[in-house]
Amino acid sequence: MQKITCDVLVIGAGPAGLAASIAAKQEGAEKVLIVERDESIGGILQQCIHPGFGLSYFEEELTGPEYYARFADKALELGVEVLLNTMVLDIGDTGVVCMSSKDGLSIIEAGSVVLAMGCRERTRFQLTIPGSRPSGVFTAGTAQRLMNRENAMVGRRVVILGSGDIGMIMARRITLEGAEVIAVVELNDYLAGLTRNKVQCLDDFEIPLLMKHTVTDIKGKKRVESVTVCEVDAENIPIPETAVEYPCDTLLLSVGLIPENELTHKAEIEISPITNGPVVNQYMQTSREDVFACGNVVHVNDLVDNVSLESERAGQCAAKYALGRLKKAEDVIQVQPGRNVRYICPQEIVNSGDGGEINLYFRVTGPEEKVRILVKTGDKVIVQKRALRVNPGEMEHIRFDAKEITSPDLTVEVMKEAI
Amino acid sequence: MKTDVVVIGAGAVGCAIARELSKYELDITVVEKNEDIGGDASKSNSAIIHTGYDASPGSLESELVVAANPMYDKIVRDLDVHFEPVGAILPAITDEQLEQLPAIKDKAMRNRVYDVEYLTREDVLRMEPEINPEVRAALYIPRESIIDPFVLVQAYAENAYANGVHFLLSTKVTDIRTGDGCVQSVITTGGEIETKWVINAAALYCDEIAGMVGKRCYDVVPRRGQFYILDKNTSCKVKHIVLPIPTKTTKGRLMCPTVHGNMLIGPTAEDLDDKSATETTADGLESIRIDVEKLVPRVNWRDAITQYSGLRPNRVPEGLHVDTYEDLNGYINLSGVRSTGLTLSVAMGKYVAQLMISLGMNAPFKKNFVEKRKGITRFADLSVEQQASLIEKQPLYGNIVCRCETVTEQEILDAIHRPLGARSVDAVKRRVRAGTGRCQAGFCTPKVIEILARELKMPASEIMKNEKGSYYVVGDMR
Amino acid sequence: MEKIVICTVCPIGCNITVREENNELIIAGNQCKRGLTFATDEYLHPVRILTTTVKVHGGDQILVPVRSAEPLPKELLFSAMELIRELVVDAPVNRGDVLVNNILDTGIDIVATGEIKC
Repeated sequence: MQKITCDVLVIGAGPAGLAASIAAKQEGAEKVLIVERDESIGGILQQCIHPGFGLSYFEEELTGPEYYARFADKALELGVEVLLNTMVLDIGDTGVVCMSSKDGLSIIEAGSVVLAMGCRERTRFQLTIPGSRPSGVFTAGTAQRLMNRENAMVGRRVVILGSGDIGMIMARRITLEGAEVIAVVELNDYLAGLTRNKVQCLDDFEIPLLMKHTVTDIKGKKRVESVTVCEVDAENIPIPETAVEYPCDTLLLSVGLIPENELTHKAEIEISPITNGPVVNQYMQTSREDVFACGNVVHVNDLVDNVSLESERAGQCAAKYALGRLKKAEDVIQVQPGRNVRYICPQEIVNSGDGGEINLYFRVTGPEEKVRILVKTGDKVIVQKRALRVNPGEMEHIRFDAKEITSPDLTVEVMKEAI
Repeated sequence: MKTDVVVIGAGAVGCAIARELSKYELDITVVEKNEDIGGDASKSNSAIIHTGYDASPGSLESELVVAANPMYDKIVRDLDVHFEPVGAILPAITDEQLEQLPAIKDKAMRNRVYDVEYLTREDVLRMEPEINPEVRAALYIPRESIIDPFVLVQAYAENAYANGVHFLLSTKVTDIRTGDGCVQSVITTGGEIETKWVINAAALYCDEIAGMVGKRCYDVVPRRGQFYILDKNTSCKVKHIVLPIPTKTTKGRLMCPTVHGNMLIGPTAEDLDDKSATETTADGLESIRIDVEKLVPRVNWRDAITQYSGLRPNRVPEGLHVDTYEDLNGYINLSGVRSTGLTLSVAMGKYVAQLMISLGMNAPFKKNFVEKRKGITRFADLSVEQQASLIEKQPLYGNIVCRCETVTEQEILDAIHRPLGARSVDAVKRRVRAGTGRCQAGFCTPKVIEILARELKMPASEIMKNEKGSYYVVGDMR
Repeated sequence: MEKIVICTVCPIGCNITVREENNELIIAGNQCKRGLTFATDEYLHPVRILTTTVKVHGGDQILVPVRSAEPLPKELLFSAMELIRELVVDAPVNRGDVLVNNILDTGIDIVATGEIKC
């Protein structure tokens, strides 16, 4: 069993881990090591061959592989080390246990750890969709992996449940490969993913989008043979009289992502019940002071550009911590979600008195138009901004300086504009 | 083809019979219509080894279940099967249920299940804090146990195979030829098999098999049971099997741990007319939630990771029968093996062997019967030191394929290459748990398909979820 | 004839209406100049970046992801796909390698976005 030491250990070589590792190096950490379970760098972006990445970070429109390549090149240039085909089993008190077939079991002693494991997909069973259990039911990301990395065609006549980005992207992908996407079915009356994707993936190909509908049954003895789709009422309960059976051979599910919190859970790090990711402060530091986190493992993002920014913060602070330069997290303020705010990340702010830019990312509970976003400390409004449209599927961002915080009461709320 | 004994059905009972008979100098062939061993009901049940406390006293079922339960201690050691005698609690929540406790205990004793105890409300809540606080009292049945039902059947079969039993999978019996008052041969989709003995362990289809020899005096009506499985980390857990006390309106639903650490909840009881209706239904699943919340109010349904259903082979008219016929030598008909089939399997093997001896089967014992079977090493259960040394010897233990359940590539290879090995994704799942975790194979499916395709030297488009036609991919994209 | 174009230049996603009147385009709803350009282009000659995969021989992966270097005319997407589907390239492939030169006479190349080693 070999022992490895490093200053900052990053778990995951996807966009979050890569950005964190670069920032850690730039902050002065000497040995920065990434442990990645896949056989190559890039994480989920390896299978995201479509464009839409980097619009704000690079002000260019890049595909997934092009986006991660920029970070991978920089990381390797700076001397970040990467262990591929290596899976972390546990973040213990004595060290991080990981294993690979090449090196066997290893214990890594790190000054700090950055969790960047990304997320997994919600399944059909978590939605309790009844019916048979044939082959041909895939989560959209699994189908994407099969098509874009394994060269496998997943089906010929496809129904997609959920208007999440991955579902819409796959609708386009499957259509371009000559298969038929019969419909995209969305439970709510608002899009789960980005509007851009509705235009370029569904409207472009005249793929019907059935809002306020859901899949209520799956039929097929061996392979999917059909799915039943119903309209839903105001409470999202299916209306049986509206049932329509769509013959098909594939059902893709794009119904939500969940942070991969196995290791977080094992390490007994505090997990937010709303995001299912670790509770973090503005340093992206978790309830274990030597463990930081960034990317989809903290909360599910829509734009990798935001992930990169957040991850740079995490990497920088993880390096600071390893080098003994990070102020201890005392005087912690909870950031409270106010009206129409579902959750905010980071959940906590360390009020060190030094000031510094605070970036809050949050999602609204329900879609609204013409609103004002306010950050309040006590009754005082620190910062506010207008938004034409807010939607749970598109993450919002607001920033201010920490020295504006004058009370332990910090709230983010969304108010309707008075006409 | 020629054999001495044809066993129809490779479920728990068929495989247990085959294993027991393989102790004798007999040529034995098990014929199974599915592509993998494991039968139908044996693959989709509550994984409980019962005591027989609620059987019909004096019935054959009662005798076999009560005899079987203590046999498990040895058999699970010999065959390397995960088994835990966790015990069962029957909580009486309402007055109506409280009034039934004495009758249940009495029936248990008449079934020769003597170790049943009363529990006070304080006892119950101390043993199971999650049980409805309105519980009045309960019964405790210590030998109700849980087991890995898939591995039990695999173990019977692998051990039978090691002792010379032939298995014909994806082979359906279409007819049985008789003549001169004896069985002559079994006609299958894979050819005709001359045989002296035919044992009908076809469960769901045992009525159709019986019809082939003109002995169909009953029907099999599938009784569906739907189930939930909850995440290992769910907030509301039980340590024992929590069994419902039937009321006038419902038999109730149980909640119990599985040997893998999940919570299992169910089943429904729906009589159907379609022997392939293994769907789950919104109504059925809803009824489970309503019923179980009466016993364990804080069940966290959001932690459900899967739902499934199984079909109990319910005999009409009811009752477990092992029939032989004076006018048809060599034919043994098993019917009515229903909810206790998994449990009584080990005893049924002995029972049928003894029955055959009484009917003139006089093959001697094998001198070199291999009694033990070693299962697939479960990497996740080992200590860090054991894991380290295992990877050194066999590096593919260092490749995790199923992240949720920590299943390694080497375990999957073992599952594929051992006798009666896995040929489909579900077969891999039932042997080594890959795909049974919270992501329900979302992560490992591409890898398992790749490994199966590589090891079986088949294209990915021919790797099935279970039976032929359950393909994952339609072909190469490029 | 009025068309509603949802601008995809930035995440705001303005709903821009484009109307033709007297051989002129009347555009409303954009919040910036980029949106104006986008809506005009989208109305007159919509273009899309095409991304897909190409089979690779002799590499450490079987597929390389590719993109059109610039957005292609929307109406040519399926024809371009037909062409690209037949393609097989040999490893190694470097990011940015031109795999199809001037596809369908558009002046636009299909380039690799991933890297494949031998």
